[in-house]
Amino acid sequence: MTTTMEAPTTTTTLPERAADPGVEVRRTTGSMRRTDVFVALGAAWAALSLTALLFTRLTPFDGALGFVVVTFVLFVAIYGLLTGLDERGPTVRDRIAAVLVHGLAVLMLIALVVVVVFTFYRGLDALGHRNFYTQDMRDAGPLQPLSVGGIRHAVIGTLEQIGIALAFTVPMGVVAAVFLAELPGRFSRFVRTIVEAMTALPSVVAGLFIYSSVILLLNQWRESGRLPESLHWLAVGKSGFAASLAISVMMLPIVIRAADVVIRLVPGTLREASLALGGSQWRTVWHVVLPTARSGLMTAIILGTARGIGETSPVLLTSGVTAYTNANPLHEPQISLPLYVFTSVTRPDAGMIARGFGAAAVLMFLVLILFAIARVIGGKPAGQLGRGQRRRRAGRSYRDAVRFSRRERARLASAPPEPIRDTSDDTEVST
Amino acid sequence: MVLVDEPRATVTPSTPDGPADRPRAVRTRLLASDHVFRTVARVAGSMVLVIMLLVGIFLSVQAWPAVRRAGWGFLTTQDWDTEGNHFGVAGVLVGTILIALVAITIALPLAIGAALYISEYAPRRIAPVLVNLVDLMAAVPSVVYGIWGFFLLQPHLLVVGNQGEGLPRWLTTYFGWIPLFAVDEYQPRDPEASASRLTSSTFIAGIVVAMMVTPIIASVMREVFAQAPPGEREGAYALGATKWGMIRSVVFPFGRGGMIGATMLGLGRALGETIGVVLIISIGFVIQPHILQNGGGSISSLIASRYQESTELGVAALMGAGLVLFGMTLVVNMLAGVIISRSRSGASSEA
Repeated sequence: MTTTMEAPTTTTTLPERAADPGVEVRRTTGSMRRTDVFVALGAAWAALSLTALLFTRLTPFDGALGFVVVTFVLFVAIYGLLTGLDERGPTVRDRIAAVLVHGLAVLMLIALVVVVVFTFYRGLDALGHRNFYTQDMRDAGPLQPLSVGGIRHAVIGTLEQIGIALAFTVPMGVVAAVFLAELPGRFSRFVRTIVEAMTALPSVVAGLFIYSSVILLLNQWRESGRLPESLHWLAVGKSGFAASLAISVMMLPIVIRAADVVIRLVPGTLREASLALGGSQWRTVWHVVLPTARSGLMTAIILGTARGIGETSPVLLTSGVTAYTNANPLHEPQISLPLYVFTSVTRPDAGMIARGFGAAAVLMFLVLILFAIARVIGGKPAGQLGRGQRRRRAGRSYRDAVRFSRRERARLASAPPEPIRDTSDDTEVST
Repeated sequence: MVLVDEPRATVTPSTPDGPADRPRAVRTRLLASDHVFRTVARVAGSMVLVIMLLVGIFLSVQAWPAVRRAGWGFLTTQDWDTEGNHFGVAGVLVGTILIALVAITIALPLAIGAALYISEYAPRRIAPVLVNLVDLMAAVPSVVYGIWGFFLLQPHLLVVGNQGEGLPRWLTTYFGWIPLFAVDEYQPRDPEASASRLTSSTFIAGIVVAMMVTPIIASVMREVFAQAPPGEREGAYALGATKWGMIRSVVFPFGRGGMIGATMLGLGRALGETIGVVLIISIGFVIQPHILQNGGGSISSLIASRYQESTELGVAALMGAGLVLFGMTLVVNMLAGVIISRSRSGASSEA
């Protein structure tokens, strides 16, 4: 293109501005239009009315569940039809998929809410009595009112059993996870495979193992004199200790696996930095890896605890059922909350069932508390500290600085300062 | 540019004065504290290994007398008479598998829906809350799901009133010609028909177990879906895909292995579930292929209800049943583990 340059005549045209630009409205980038809302609302209303017509006038259908299901199916059909009037195939499929996904998610949420609310609602009868928390069941026969008897023995049993189980699983599980993550090799790979296999162990089989080994076999040995006198305490029979062993067998692989995942998430650069600064492997693990993974480890342990505290089947086989408060886990049966729930609700009388629901509500409450703690602790990713943690760290750092300067001052006071040598002479440059 | 005369212009750098380089042997000397640390860690690992192996070996050894007595009949006999030497797990084995299949059939769509919603549809702000809710659902004790199934689901939603109105009756009325949904000695259109034929069925137990395994499947699937690469997602959008089109062409193909693995993980859990099944089903030992009909059972509920058997053989037979169950869950879980780990890249974050 050839143009002759007429320099002075070129003009720049500025876009005209309104006298008052006003407030600029931020545009939404969402793709939701008003039509979509109308279509959805219309389809919902049509589905609801059609279902109501079907259920009340046209067909002999009834039942709340059926009503909801038919409404939803009709809604999806009508919604698809309406969208299909002015959209093309892919869009219609997209809309229907979105409706289905939303519906399934809501269904799941409803299920969770129903389970939690139903437990607390049915448990209200028992939860309202103060004696429910302070008494055990020794005076409460099946026909006694709810103002007699409670779950003190079961709460004590649950806390003791889970405490003993944690005392076994936490140190062992965390050290084993450190082993798996920090000392890689053929052996640790084998251990990891076995641990992963053991997460498949059904909890009832864990209970059966403890039942047949600790309870049946050791008692047999004791009676036949094969167990040395000093080990007689091990043959505990049905007791809280046996139950906590069963819970430990069940929890150990869960804790190891979760802790292993968390420890492997610690960035390799942190480890290398520590090693490069001259830290030994042990110091690296203790001062770098474990503190970095601390919140994740706590979450792993607490979630494992929530799992162990609610598991009924291993306890059913190993702890025995009692109506008395028994604070000694090594001797005599000791009931726990899930087992109490199970034995109560399988009884025919309403009072016991109400107590069972009350205990289930307490159990749910314990799990909720544990869960909330786990989320508060584990909410932050590894390495990010809370305010208190930052303050403590600053305090530690300050004390270190004070210690260093004090030591330096003491060194200077005891020995006269050496003349500073010029270090550049020491290195010989080879030519 | 300088042109080199020689065609072979490769120059090997020479070390003029020093000796030729040899690879140095890297020698590490462990500190005493590291020796202790490694020993302690190894001992802990070995102890875990020993405990785990002990469980497996102990179960096998203890089960041996019963398995030897029953032979292959242990897997094919439909009875549990340990006094009369006529026992086997055929009935409860089939029951276990049926319950697990019902559970997975219900749990799978639910879990896919929930996982997709959390990873793709949910607003950014509430997604973490939903993740927590799903995890909470996994932490609800199984006995709570059990009493929910026994006191709410069965009498108020599924088998309502004397007539037993609800989904099972509807299914057997209209789909009773499918053997799976048939119910013996039950005439759905007969007003005198008792609802008790429809209670305590494999189907209801399966629903309860589905409630327990859905969150497990959903949380694994959510992680898998979230790992679908953003580049490909945006590519699909840029080519004009709808959200569902993007999910079908990017998220599902990338997450297929993880989805299968998560399902099998849930299946393994469903096979071993005990208390929910014990609360719902009254155990029977014959093969009960009609999932809507009263009766059935699973290996775990067999163990939970019969562990107080006084005879040594009885306990040994239960051990055998436990071993069969463990073997099943082990195979399913191992397969799940292999599939999930193949579908993920980079188990550790070595930066």
